[in-house]
This record gives sequence, structure tokens and C-alpha cells, in this order.
Amino acid sequence: MAQHVKQVGSRSLPKIKTVIIAAAAYVIAFVFLFPYLVMVLTALRPQESLRNATYLPETFEWSNLTGFWTSGLADNLLVTLKVAGGSTILVLLVALPAAYYTARHNFRFRTAFLILVLITQMFQPTAMIVGIYREFYQLGLVDTIWSLILVNGGFNLAFAVWILNAYFSSIPRELEEAAFMDGTGRLGALFRVTLPLAMPGVITALIFTFIAAWNEFVVALTLTTSPENQPLTVALNSFIGQYQVDWQNLFAGSVIATIPVIILFALIERKVVSGLTAGSIK
Amino acid sequence: MQRKSRGLRALEPLVWVGPAVVLIALVVIWPVVEMIRSSFLKISRFGVVQGSNGTANYEKLFAEPDFGSVMWRSLIWVVAVVGLTVLISLGLAQLFNQRFPGRKIARWALIAPWAASVLMTAIVFKWMLDPEVGMINMVLRDLGLIDALGGASADPLGDASTAMPWLIFVAVFVSVPFTTYALMAGLATIPGDVYEAARMDGAAKWRTYWSITLPLLRPALTVAALINIMNVFNSFPIIWAMTHGQPGYSTATSTIFMYILKNANIGESAAMSVVNFGMVIILTAIFLKVSRWKTEVA
Repeated sequence: MAQHVKQVGSRSLPKIKTVIIAAAAYVIAFVFLFPYLVMVLTALRPQESLRNATYLPETFEWSNLTGFWTSGLADNLLVTLKVAGGSTILVLLVALPAAYYTARHNFRFRTAFLILVLITQMFQPTAMIVGIYREFYQLGLVDTIWSLILVNGGFNLAFAVWILNAYFSSIPRELEEAAFMDGTGRLGALFRVTLPLAMPGVITALIFTFIAAWNEFVVALTLTTSPENQPLTVALNSFIGQYQVDWQNLFAGSVIATIPVIILFALIERKVVSGLTAGSIK
Repeated sequence: MQRKSRGLRALEPLVWVGPAVVLIALVVIWPVVEMIRSSFLKISRFGVVQGSNGTANYEKLFAEPDFGSVMWRSLIWVVAVVGLTVLISLGLAQLFNQRFPGRKIARWALIAPWAASVLMTAIVFKWMLDPEVGMINMVLRDLGLIDALGGASADPLGDASTAMPWLIFVAVFVSVPFTTYALMAGLATIPGDVYEAARMDGAAKWRTYWSITLPLLRPALTVAALINIMNVFNSFPIIWAMTHGQPGYSTATSTIFMYILKNANIGESAAMSVVNFGMVIILTAIFLKVSRWKTEVA
């Protein structure tokens, strides 16, 4: 009891320390949010005041955000959606069976396969962009959405396999066996018992792949040439090069490309760290 | 009957794991092979292979007047960005690990640069560094650090001596969140009673940190630094969006140089990619050697 009182006492004593820590953390948090705040503020500036050297816009021009939809950029957003959605579906279709099988069975090339996946995680599309371009040039798939779906799927496969493998391994085999004994069949047991239990892992893999493909730039910059096939990142980048820039459209586009992703990412943040580092530690 | 099912069993892994192997082969292995092959080929600007080129692509690359400075800059870039990122993240991980009201929200804010497209972040920074209306320039002027806005003299991205520090800043900015989170995950694995024991012994705070926290944090630190080295060496959108490697090649790293070469001479660009690949492998090996990864982790 006495100890308990003492603890409470010592906890309430260094209050100033807590205040300093909290203040420092808030300032740092603000610094990391700052560019995105500027992004939103700029997107809401009236076009004629964009080149005014003032910190804050005098009025907010909400029509900038609706103007985005009638600018050509909406088509690029659609491409981004197709690429991100397509890559995510591809990754799930390919990674789910592979991760499940390696978690449940010990087969001949299991270790070799897992090492192959690990090596893939270390490879970056930027490093081999010339090879990627040459390959898709030979396949005749340059300037298609399919090429982007394939590349994004391939490079995000490793993360999905690792995290799904970890989830499947953590689910007791007995649960599945029990369902199997009840006569649901192997696949039935998989779909009715294992998959629902692995859902957090599936959702993490899904969101991670979607965001990675959504944000991807260098592959799309290299493989797409016609404006209607370019995702938002490439389209926004080509905006900067022009002399007469409709900056408010650029920033409305950036806001639409950025804010949803930050919110989505917050949902899976904890699991992403373990997924990205787990492979390397094992 | 029995034999047939055993034969089918041997094929079973192929059905489950095969698609993943095919996708990796198609998207990861093939480009590596193609990249190495192209570095020895003579390829026209329109992509037509005109036969073998021996080592001419490499000779041409090494003879480029900017090659040496680009490689040197890439090395400085990686060391500076990863070094600063790790140092800052060590501090932030410690800070955000403390208990304080609103910690959840503060941690959430830290995610933003990690989740957002690096390209978008780079574009905003370019805008904030605009010589006339850039937010950062306005703050610097109001603090009396620069005289006036406007003009080429006030353009931080217009000259390598001021552009490079800003590019490094942005690269650190987008790398710190992941690193901090990885280190916080590492901190969470350190059992509390270790600190309790140190406290009983009357060890000073910094002493506890130096001789207990850091050694126990080593696996997380090694992995985080390793992932950063590979990411930063292959970083592209920041420099591409903010300076394009200009003026001249004065802010170009190996990936930017490779990309610019691609438009003129694919063979030479492929040679640059292979050199870049080799550099990453060498850097990783040196790092693992220095951090004594093998004895500590594996």
C-alpha cells in the first residue's frame, strides 16, 4: 500500500518533464505534417492569389477540388485506381496460395522459394528500370496498364508472402483439421476457418500493395508514354515541367492522391513494420 | 492408385507456389538478366538491337566526364541520408516511446511522409522552396536570414551547394518515419526488468542507454539501416522532381544519371544500372561486415 502511494507520488512529480516531452512531440508531429498542410492550403487557394507571397490564402476556393474532376487529371486518377486495384488483386491471387502452402507444408524447394522471395524484397524497380523497359518493349506491352499491374504486383509480392506466411503459421493446424474432420473438405476448411482468422494479415497485405502501387512513380514514368495511360503521379510530375502551370489543379491532384493513402496507412502501420523487417531477421 | 496419388503429390507445390515463382521470374529475374545482357549490346535509340558491343558501353560510361563525380555524390548521398536518418530516428523513437497525453495522434502524424507518395512530398517541398512564393523562403526572409524573395539568387534549388542539402533534407524527412517505427518496435522487445535492474544499480540515464538500450536495439537498428541503404541508394523521385539532377549533373546521383542516359543510349544506361547494382551489393556487404551482422543476429 505504501509502495503504491509512493508510486503515485513519484509519477505526478515530474509533471514538467511530461509537458516538455509532449510539447517536443507535438512540434515534431507538426513538422512532419507540415508539407501536407501546405499541400491542402495551396489546393484551396484562388488561382489569382497563388503567386502572392502570403502564408495563408485570404479566401478558400473550394471549387478547386471540384475543378479537378473536369480537368484531364481525373482520367489519370482512374488509371491509378486501375493499376493499384489490379496489382492488389494479382498479389492476393498469387501470394495467398503460396504463403498458405509454405506455412503448412514442408516441400522440397520450400527454403529456396522463401530465399527467392526475400531477395525480391531487396530488389527495387528503380535499380533495374532499364531491364524492365527492355523486357516490356520486347513483349510489346510498353504503354499499357497491364505492364504496370504486372510490375507493381511482382515487386510487392514479397511483402504479402511474408506477412501472410506469418499469419498462417500462427494459426493452429488443429483448428483446420477439426473443420476437415467435420466434413467440410480441405478447401472448405481453408476458406471457412483459416482465411477468416488470417484476415488481419490479408487486409494488411491488401492495403500495403494498394498504397505501394498507388504511389509508384518511376516504373510508370518509364513504361507509359501516352497521357491517357499515365497514372496520377506521372501526370502531376509532367505538370511541373510546363511553364504555365495550373498549380491549383496540381495541388488538388496531390491532395486527392495523398490524403486517402495516409488515412489507409494509419490502419496497418503496426503490422507493416513487422512485415518489412521480419523477413530480414528470420 | 497409391503411386499415382504420390506422383500428384509431388506436383502439388507447383500448383500452390508456382504462380508466385512465375510472377517473380517474369517481373524480377527477367529484367535483371535483360539489364545485364543489354549492357553488352549495341541498341539504337529506337530500341533495335544492332549486335554485340563488347565492353564498349562500359568504356563509354567510365569515360563520361561526369561519371566520377556522380558516383562520389551517390556515396555521399547514401552516407549522409542514412546516417542522419538513423541518428534522428534514434532520438525520435526514444521520445515517442515516452508516455504523454496525445501520443497516439502524435505518432499518427509521423506516418504521413511514409504513407504519402515520395513524389508528392518532393513536389510540395519544391513548391515551398519556390524563390518567390515558397513558404520556406518566406519564413527565412521574415527571420532575416535572407534579404528578399525572388530572383535566381534566392533559388535554393538553383545551385548545387544549396540544392544538395535540401535534397538530403527531404530524403531524411521521408526516411525517418519508417526508421523511427522500426526502432520503436525494437524498443518494445526490450524487457522492462532490464531497466529495472540498471535503475537498482544506480546507473545514469545516458549510461543505461549506451550500454543497455543500444546493444539490445542492434538487430532492429541493423535491419532498419539496411533497408534504408537500399532505398536511399535507389532513390529517384526526390531528385527527379526537385532538380532533375541539374544544374548540369551537379545534383545527380547514379539512378538519375542512369535515367538520363536511358534516353540517349540504352546500352550505356544498362551498364550504369549494372554498376549501380554492384555498388548496392558492395555497400550492403561493407555495412553488414561493419555491423557484425553475422555474429550478432544470424
